[in-house]
Amino acid sequence: MSSRYEDMFAKLKTKGEGAFIPFVTIGDPSIEKSEAVIETLIESGADALELGLPFSDPVADGVVIQAAANRALNAGSTTDACLDVLARARKRHPDIPFGLLVYANLVLGRGMERFYARALECGVDSVLVADVPALSSDSFTTFANAAGVDSVFIVPPNADDAKLREIAKISKGYVYFLGRAGVTGAEREMTAPLSSKITLLKEAGSAPVVVGFGISRPEHVKACLKAGADGAIAGSATVSIIADNLGDDQKTCARLAQFVKSMKAATVA
Amino acid sequence: MKITKGAFGEFGGMFVPEILVPTLLELERAFEDAQNDPAFKAEFDGLLKEYAGRETPLYRCRNLASDTKVKLYLKREDLLHGGAHKTNQVLGQALLARRMGKTRLIAETGAGQHGVATAIAGALFKMKTRVYMGSKDMARQAPNVFRMRLMGTEVVPVETGSRGLKDAINEALRDWASSYGDTHYLLGTVAGPHPFPMIVREFQRVIGREAKKQILEAEGRLPDAVFACVGGGSNAMGIFADFIDEASVRLIGVEPAGHGLHTEKHGATIEKGRPGILHGSYSYVLQDDDGQIRESHSISAGLDYPGVGAQHSYLHSIGRASYVGVTDQEALDAFALLSREEGIIPALESAHALSHALKCARAAATEQVYIVNISGRGDKDMEQVMPYINIDTKGDA
Repeated sequence: MSSRYEDMFAKLKTKGEGAFIPFVTIGDPSIEKSEAVIETLIESGADALELGLPFSDPVADGVVIQAAANRALNAGSTTDACLDVLARARKRHPDIPFGLLVYANLVLGRGMERFYARALECGVDSVLVADVPALSSDSFTTFANAAGVDSVFIVPPNADDAKLREIAKISKGYVYFLGRAGVTGAEREMTAPLSSKITLLKEAGSAPVVVGFGISRPEHVKACLKAGADGAIAGSATVSIIADNLGDDQKTCARLAQFVKSMKAATVA
Repeated sequence: MKITKGAFGEFGGMFVPEILVPTLLELERAFEDAQNDPAFKAEFDGLLKEYAGRETPLYRCRNLASDTKVKLYLKREDLLHGGAHKTNQVLGQALLARRMGKTRLIAETGAGQHGVATAIAGALFKMKTRVYMGSKDMARQAPNVFRMRLMGTEVVPVETGSRGLKDAINEALRDWASSYGDTHYLLGTVAGPHPFPMIVREFQRVIGREAKKQILEAEGRLPDAVFACVGGGSNAMGIFADFIDEASVRLIGVEPAGHGLHTEKHGATIEKGRPGILHGSYSYVLQDDDGQIRESHSISAGLDYPGVGAQHSYLHSIGRASYVGVTDQEALDAFALLSREEGIIPALESAHALSHALKCARAAATEQVYIVNISGRGDKDMEQVMPYINIDTKGDA
């Protein structure tokens, strides 16, 4: 059986398109409102979703996504409540890939086995653990594989060829290629990835390559695809729309729809 | 949990974003090279002696515990340049940073002692230095903020989370994720990802090495017990390291019990936490059922941390060291007592260790020799303790 990621990337390839993948933190600004946000992203044409579980100490995130996690936690969003949001979205949308972006201690929280099993049950396709690099990933991938969930890994800009080959081998679903060093945030723009690095990944048999960090405008998406990437993720730029329109749910959803459509349009050659 | 790098039994490891891995591996190599380089060792030892003022005395209390069966010795890290044990390992790491060609230092600080030590190294080695400090801690440790700035260090207030040590470490890690090219993160304790727990222990090992030699000279035998406070756990690991293989020596780490272990307001990570991943290593963590990190509490900013060094978790798990709690009030009492009885004002952190040692001394039924690590001096704490300690001024003119 092919995976949702494989189907999605294959379908886009035949159409000559790249993937646009927005990121939001589940439970931001509340469980109910988050559900409407996710629905809007899908209806507006997102090819897949990257979804964060709120964590108290997100060391890989800049101020925008930190604030999103705080809003979610202050609204009482537990891991289970967040996963339930996904389970409901999955019922409405059987085909769109869902990737989770989490921190290690949330996977450990109620036990690794339970975490991955619950994730699968709720329709999650992949899990990226932001603070678990390849060399420390054994226990995580063992439980993920047992449950049948893809483990996604990050290629940072300082990766050497050996690292590129390693990640090509272990990252399932897709490869998350960092558009720049540092933590998440739109203040510092991405620089287009070196096409030689993407070529090396693909020659090493990697899953499709998606670029994230510092992506906030359609031209960023275009630059990523031009360099040979298969898609782009926009996190802080998407979350900023929620942060800037707190209290006005209609406006939040309208602005999100507009943003996703403009970013998606940039993936069409 | 399978630990591939820097394992202490089932604890430790390197749980950081992928982008920091090459930098941590570079640091591991630089440290190993330096350990085999006599010139590095000579420069480090020379700095410890001539600049920092080692060795520090091992002093037997004349008055305190004189009514017990215990000979109570204090390892006087409070007399080290900078006012705390932190200077030891900071000098070592600054030499490593220079060896790796880094030109900028960043650090986190809780009580400000590690920040002050890093500021000292920044001034000495002419490196641009930035210290992240929770705004809650900046308020309660104002003199140390001024000391850092006086030495040319930039102090950046951290307003996220509980605005304490944990959050300062988060900010330093975020800084490092883009600045690693020219910047060394001078982590201040035996927590954090590999290789920090190993490096900081080795550069702090001098405390226990001296104490062992000094107690053998003074008493002709090893101590029965060694006491040290544990926040992240660097002064404790420093004094424990050379005693770990001496099975007759009890090792006792004292955690901050804050308002009491029966409340939520404490920082007793080993006693009340469970294993998890915080700041790069698998170790005991104060957390809720989901794995969200809990806010810790201690009157002492240097102990106010919901994590702990992985080797402490390991020593606890194998029963080699024991970990107990001392409340804010008990620490304040010990702080006042040492000041009055011996003319030594300890850091509030160190007062936790002293408090428990005195408790054990009063209960001792046989002749015993104890060593307490007085990890720092209390000048920084004056403003904070004033509201809590009533001074009897009846006899004043």
